[in-house]
Amino acid sequence: MRTESIQPPPEAKNSETVTLHINGEARTLSVKPWVTLLDALRENLDLTGTKKGCDHGQCGACTVICDGKRILSCLSLAVMKDGAEITTIEGVAPTGDLHPLQKAFIEHDAFQCGYCTPGQICSAIGMFKEGKAHTEAEVKELMSGNLCRCGANTNIINAIMEVKNGGNYE
Amino acid sequence: MSIKPLIGQPISRLEGHLKVTGAAKYAGEYNVSDLLYGYVVNSTITKGKIISMNTDEVKKIPGIVEIFTHENRPSLAWFDMQYSDMDAPPGSPFRPLHKPDIKYNGQPIALIVAETFELARYAASILKAEYQTEAFKTDLEANLGEGRKPQPGLATMLKPPPPKDKGDIDLALSAAAFTSKGTFTHGTEHHNPLELFATTTVYEGKGKVTIYDKTQGTVNCQLYVGNVFGLHFKDVRVISPYVGGGFGSGLRPQYQLFLSVMVALELKRNVRVTLDRSQMFTFGHRPPTIQKTKFGSDINGKITALYHEATAETSLYEDYTETVVNWAPMIYPSPNSKMEYNLVPLDVFTPIDMRAPGGSTGLHAIESTIDDLAHQAKIDPIQFRLLNYAERDESVNRPFSSKELKQCFIQGAEKFGWDKRNPEPRSMRNGNKLVGYGMATGAWESMILPARAEAILTTEGKLIVKSAVTDIGTGTLTVMSQIAADELGLPLDQVTFEYGDSKMPFAPIQGGSFTVSTVGSAIKAAGKALRKKLLKIAQHIPHSAFKGLEIEDVVFQDGYIRLKLDPSKEIAFTALIHANKGKVIRTKNFNVPNLLKLKKHSRAAHSAAFVEVEVDEELGVINVTRAVTAVAAGKIINPKTARSQILGGMVWSISKALREETISDHNFGKYMNQNLGEYHIPVHADIHDLDVIFVEENDEIVNELGSKGIGEIGLVGMPPAIANAIFHATGKRINEFPIHFDKLL
Repeated sequence: MRTESIQPPPEAKNSETVTLHINGEARTLSVKPWVTLLDALRENLDLTGTKKGCDHGQCGACTVICDGKRILSCLSLAVMKDGAEITTIEGVAPTGDLHPLQKAFIEHDAFQCGYCTPGQICSAIGMFKEGKAHTEAEVKELMSGNLCRCGANTNIINAIMEVKNGGNYE
Repeated sequence: MSIKPLIGQPISRLEGHLKVTGAAKYAGEYNVSDLLYGYVVNSTITKGKIISMNTDEVKKIPGIVEIFTHENRPSLAWFDMQYSDMDAPPGSPFRPLHKPDIKYNGQPIALIVAETFELARYAASILKAEYQTEAFKTDLEANLGEGRKPQPGLATMLKPPPPKDKGDIDLALSAAAFTSKGTFTHGTEHHNPLELFATTTVYEGKGKVTIYDKTQGTVNCQLYVGNVFGLHFKDVRVISPYVGGGFGSGLRPQYQLFLSVMVALELKRNVRVTLDRSQMFTFGHRPPTIQKTKFGSDINGKITALYHEATAETSLYEDYTETVVNWAPMIYPSPNSKMEYNLVPLDVFTPIDMRAPGGSTGLHAIESTIDDLAHQAKIDPIQFRLLNYAERDESVNRPFSSKELKQCFIQGAEKFGWDKRNPEPRSMRNGNKLVGYGMATGAWESMILPARAEAILTTEGKLIVKSAVTDIGTGTLTVMSQIAADELGLPLDQVTFEYGDSKMPFAPIQGGSFTVSTVGSAIKAAGKALRKKLLKIAQHIPHSAFKGLEIEDVVFQDGYIRLKLDPSKEIAFTALIHANKGKVIRTKNFNVPNLLKLKKHSRAAHSAAFVEVEVDEELGVINVTRAVTAVAAGKIINPKTARSQILGGMVWSISKALREETISDHNFGKYMNQNLGEYHIPVHADIHDLDVIFVEENDEIVNELGSKGIGEIGLVGMPPAIANAIFHATGKRINEFPIHFDKLL
């Protein structure tokens, strides 16, 4: 048994002030350096639409759009994103309406439990912006970082392809 | 006005909007005020005793509120029965933080409670225990000789023991023209729903708690918490409308529930305990199982002998069982049969039902052995199954309540293009890929349990229906709303289904494909009672046109009761409310299935699964390129959500046959791949063309809806169809799941 007294690490001590531009709104918060962007969203800002499925960057449930790119919010610390523009599932649609992908997900029954859904939708929006996916096979490949345990895979890909082919995903 | 029934319509999920906008709240997302965070510490040894822990030191860190271990756990219920639950197998249920004894690797040994999540997690990482270790056993294969019969108990009601022996199996096998035998090895699997197990407990004061829990049974958890903590049931409310996947893992109250409630009561604070992904491997799994089959047929391919034996893992403290070996004599009539099922208790957590428990294990062995027998007899696999088709269930000598499996074969084969199959293995190619077609039968017993439901006609003439049942993604909210709407002839937007709350009328755990049957029947009973009550009120109105009429003489349509023979004679639901002095009209009903009547028939959903695989000849890489599953499951309430259920089962089939397994290092008695990077499930790029057919099937026995349940049937037939397709592609029969490329090289 170790005898030296245990001290909290330095990252537990001082809070830092960061401003995140989330869904078009500047949110200033005081966070400790060891708080991930995911936990800051869920616990500090009550934006629980962004999901935690593994906390290790392995499942994609925490995908958000940061400065136009899809990122895994569990692998980013909140303090690293000071000043960033972040879009979460709560902000992907224009006010009062649904994003075309959200509509397509409902229509294609592209989810069952719904837990991976926000990550799938944010990831697809990010993928569209990357402009690398042209065929269904490429979409499947580039969406493979987002796991779905219910097995809604074919419905998810069909929903994404419909929106992609309709060209109304901006 | 139209009265097109809603049952049978492909309605989009009613909670869809909430799920695609992130507004649906799951158990770990209720950010109540003054919330404490709990983080679990797990044992790093497999068996032994905790000698000491550095809790005093860790507790000194500012922000740590308390550390709970076996040493300061409050004194709670004494008896095993109080820790039991609706899904508890015979034995002595696991009690978190009960004693210093370690029963399995990863057992929770402490809970850190802190002001922030990060601090709790940090403290959990530095809390160390010293142990006295003992020898342990976790390897099923190495301990097969210790197999013994399971203890009987309440759980065996839904999981019957193997049927009685018939004829002389040894003689029949030695006399058979063709025999096939195999050893089938299945490893451990973990459910891994994408949502982490979490419980947020709100301390309401005076021994009262409101609990947001990830569970498949709100009432199950309410009773458990009441019994264990000695609380009045009315003071325990468990809420769980949105569940981020269950697949069986939420059928029993899990340890985060216990820990969260314990902290709330002890500290009189609100608290959340969320497990991390590695901890999702520490509370139940599909047990590893080793099966042996020996089937025989005569020269014409008629089956004469069925021998099926399975040995499965359980824990040292509970006898978890599955229905693995009962299926062959139900699907294939044979004059000689012998089935055996044994357990080997090992130093692991008790296994728990995982999607299609038993069936997805047993049917792999049965359907691959049948495939081999058909191959030897040089008979097409579908023809072989038709030749041995069971028109009645010979295993228990009862007729089937309905069975449209033949139609599954016919329609599935046509959709798939089975006629293009060259029967010779290794005969079909696509470039450098070997192509294989395989098929198999699936079956899943249709069960029904008692449940209660409440139906209320509101003052606006709308319908509210209530049940404590959860919706684990199966579409329960949507299908129950459809069933309820049809009961009163209302459009869907006039109906609200309230659910996922133990305050609502009793529902059993959600699993086994019995929710539509169980809760749907209760809603039908409540709806029927409400119709009668409404008619009675209509009859008491002065000069009522409905006096002396029976319920059969009227129809309920669009918010009115109308005379069947003269629809111009009508009374609005709102007028009935008025007649009821402006008060709502409610009925509460308990639906108890008539077991004596049900037991006269065997009741099961059936399926035929067809699979095309491509196997890279040099590298052995296996790809399921196409699959069709044809299902006969009685009435399909909602073809859209039902199709998704079957698609989900098909993806799980690919996962089971080709991807997922929990790998143990038996030197440590520990699972080695406790994360989603190393526990492989299929990704989008692994899933190709999947098709579902629902075959028409009328069933007037199973329940009033004629609906058999579809949660498991998609995962029963397809895994063996994949194995059979791999045999057809390569000529190699691999009986160990998952089948990886190295087994083909």
